[in-house]
Amino acid sequence: MDENQKQMSERMGAGFPWKQVIGLLLSLALTFLALWIAVGLSLPVPVTLTIIVGLAIFQAFIQLFLFMHVTEGTEPVHQLIGILFGIYVAFAIVGGTLWILAYAL
Amino acid sequence: MTNATLSLHEKDQSKMPLEYTTEEGDLRIFGFWIFLAAELVLFGTLFGTYLVLQSHTAGGPTAKDLFEIGPVMAETIILLMSSFTCGLSTIELRRHNKKGLIGWMSVTILLGLVFIGLEANEFYTYAVHEGAPLSRSAFLSGFFVLLGTHGAHVSLGIVWIIGILLQLGKRGITPVTARKAFMAGLYWHFLDVVWIFIFTAVYLTGLVI
Repeated sequence: MDENQKQMSERMGAGFPWKQVIGLLLSLALTFLALWIAVGLSLPVPVTLTIIVGLAIFQAFIQLFLFMHVTEGTEPVHQLIGILFGIYVAFAIVGGTLWILAYAL
Repeated sequence: MTNATLSLHEKDQSKMPLEYTTEEGDLRIFGFWIFLAAELVLFGTLFGTYLVLQSHTAGGPTAKDLFEIGPVMAETIILLMSSFTCGLSTIELRRHNKKGLIGWMSVTILLGLVFIGLEANEFYTYAVHEGAPLSRSAFLSGFFVLLGTHGAHVSLGIVWIIGILLQLGKRGITPVTARKAFMAGLYWHFLDVVWIFIFTAVYLTGLVI
């Protein structure tokens, strides 16, 4: 390994993996918080559902930014647009289906 | 002008981690993000179907009757841990540490196997002991198709990562194997993201409603 490469790999991965550990702890905390809100508290059902879905979305973004390096790459804006469009279509499908078929729930 | 842009781009690429250093690797990683976006839409359709059919139990067992929080939490935490160890494997990849990369990726697929084992046991319990197979009601069809699709993705991911581990053992960390290991990592984290929504929209919601 030449000097340049050595410096590069040191810069890329030196030290303690803070991002990963923080991501793990936050994810665990959010998972147990959602469980406690759903099972431990007896809030009205719509309130409970809103809170736990909100926590799930937050946790998904933690994975995306802390674990998946979505802002990396030569031009990260392209993959961000792609993944945001995927998120938009997925939510449109789920939200739209529930809205249109609300009478059948 | 053109010259300046070009040299800027080249400079950027040489500073990047190994998997981005070739034009091909860079484009393939971008393509993989587009694939993941399409996978999001696939799972979106299955979530939409499941949520509409959740209450259609045809007189059979309901979500509340079936779901037990213990095994579900075990599956959730194991998959979350595997996403974490997968993140550690990407760090070892960036350090060009082949042993560390193979080690953490092996831990990741072992946790993945435990997850699949727990999920298979859960499916078996529902279908055989609780009288709740896929054909019992629309609710159970939606449930097994959504979770089965996720489980199939995890199983495929395990086979894929084993293949990459064999290549890493043979060829070491090259721009090509680095790209493959990085993409498999993205795939694995993505499956954890899908599980977060299964945990929330299927299990927790089933216990609340």
